[in-house]
Amino acid sequence: MQNTIKKINTKLKTVFVQWFPAVILIFSLLVIWEISCRLADVPKWLLPVPTDIIVELYEHWNLLLGHSFVTLYEILIGFSFSIISGILIGGLIVYSKTLEKAIYPIIISSQTIPIIAIAPILLVWFGYGLLPKILVVGLIAFFPIAVNTIDGLKSIDDDLVNMMKTLGANKSQIFKKIQIPNSLPYIFTGLRIGMAASVIGAVISEWVGSSEGLGYLMIRSKPQFLTERVFAAIFLLSIIGFLLFLLVNYCEKKIVYWRTLSE
Amino acid sequence: MNPIINIKNLSKSFIDESSNENTMILHHIDFHMNDGEFVSLIGPSGCGKSTLLNIISGLDNPDNGEINISDIQSNNRLGKLSYMQQKDLLLPWKTVLDNSILGLEVQNENKRVSEQKAVELLETFGLSGYENYYPNQISGGMRQRASFLRTILTNKKILLLDEPFSALDSITRSQMQKWLLKLWKQFNKTILLVTHDIDEAIFLSDRIYVMQNNNFNSMQIIHVELPRPRTREIVLDDSFIKIKKEILPLIEN
Repeated sequence: MQNTIKKINTKLKTVFVQWFPAVILIFSLLVIWEISCRLADVPKWLLPVPTDIIVELYEHWNLLLGHSFVTLYEILIGFSFSIISGILIGGLIVYSKTLEKAIYPIIISSQTIPIIAIAPILLVWFGYGLLPKILVVGLIAFFPIAVNTIDGLKSIDDDLVNMMKTLGANKSQIFKKIQIPNSLPYIFTGLRIGMAASVIGAVISEWVGSSEGLGYLMIRSKPQFLTERVFAAIFLLSIIGFLLFLLVNYCEKKIVYWRTLSE
Repeated sequence: MNPIINIKNLSKSFIDESSNENTMILHHIDFHMNDGEFVSLIGPSGCGKSTLLNIISGLDNPDNGEINISDIQSNNRLGKLSYMQQKDLLLPWKTVLDNSILGLEVQNENKRVSEQKAVELLETFGLSGYENYYPNQISGGMRQRASFLRTILTNKKILLLDEPFSALDSITRSQMQKWLLKLWKQFNKTILLVTHDIDEAIFLSDRIYVMQNNNFNSMQIIHVELPRPRTREIVLDDSFIKIKKEILPLIEN
């Protein structure tokens, strides 16, 4: 019991030491922002001070939270689709030379189309609902995940493959036992990039046309000069991004466990 | 006695990618091993020892020459000999125990039976208590022993061992050598050992091939006619030193 408490204490201590400088820096920047805006008498609609934003978050918490969940939902669903399709298609491309020749050039060249630019067309086809947002998020996150999956499956130590061959392993055994585990760290790199892109995708496709979500709230608040609400929405978006980042990191630690083993 | 491995007039060259030159590694090599024989291969680094083992194991093919291994009819020798490479090549995502039974896993053996076999040998291999550790949590010597255990568990008639004990301290090394001799005798294995260590080669082998860097086609054969079982003290014996004196000038050339 005492040991556990000790362990938790040391852990808290390391977390504290790790984050302390960043927290202090952010806090001082906020204080400078607050004081200088108040001294210069900057109007609230032009640049609200941190306390305005905190008040806004407190007073309209239900409204902001409701829209946050819509955006989070779009990201989670779209991102899940991109994970499944990115890994699956990446895997198929590496496994079959024919599929590689057929699909890979299309994937690469499709990247010259800015996905954001097709959001208006998706709006025309699928309306103001969630589907076009999910599609944009899915498409935007698909590419980094697929490409990193392909990279990971291909960048395999030849010595390990040879070792498996001397044990009598066949192609599918080498794929399953060497290539897949080897690709996992790469896939997580793709997930991190795709995750960041998917937040952007969700907000921008909400700007294009929607009736709910944080992007919609920003667009609606701007002409009303509710700038503190725009800031509150940005704050919540970064919280969403941060939480998703932690989630991806947590999964990575669990799945790619051998990378973080203590010596 | 019929040779179990018979290599005739084998040549192998590699193209150096930077200079685009063809470098001859093995040049008209003749080599054989009899059933149940313990043979060592010594020579300076870069003389082609590992290349020869790669070819015997089936990982690589010769440019010219014949290679015959009795019991193996087809050209595909992969998976039919136990081969321990110089690098430990353990999978970082598998524990010591799971790594050691990889060969059996590939052959679709029952996992519990395989684990049982491995667990019985952990003590001998100095790995007991470390079965659930991952490769980057253990020392280089331990990794080498885990790799050795993986090779042994594949349980083939012919063992190709490329410097299996190089990372071990002398006490552990001596233990592993004794254990290897026991295995060899008990199960009538045929063993080809690559080593840098002349004492090790003489202590273990029936015959030693000495490869030289400067002159490819001269593989000298040294017969080690020391009585078995051999003890550690044999290294001080006159007959042992005589053989060592025979080998040294060959290597230093």
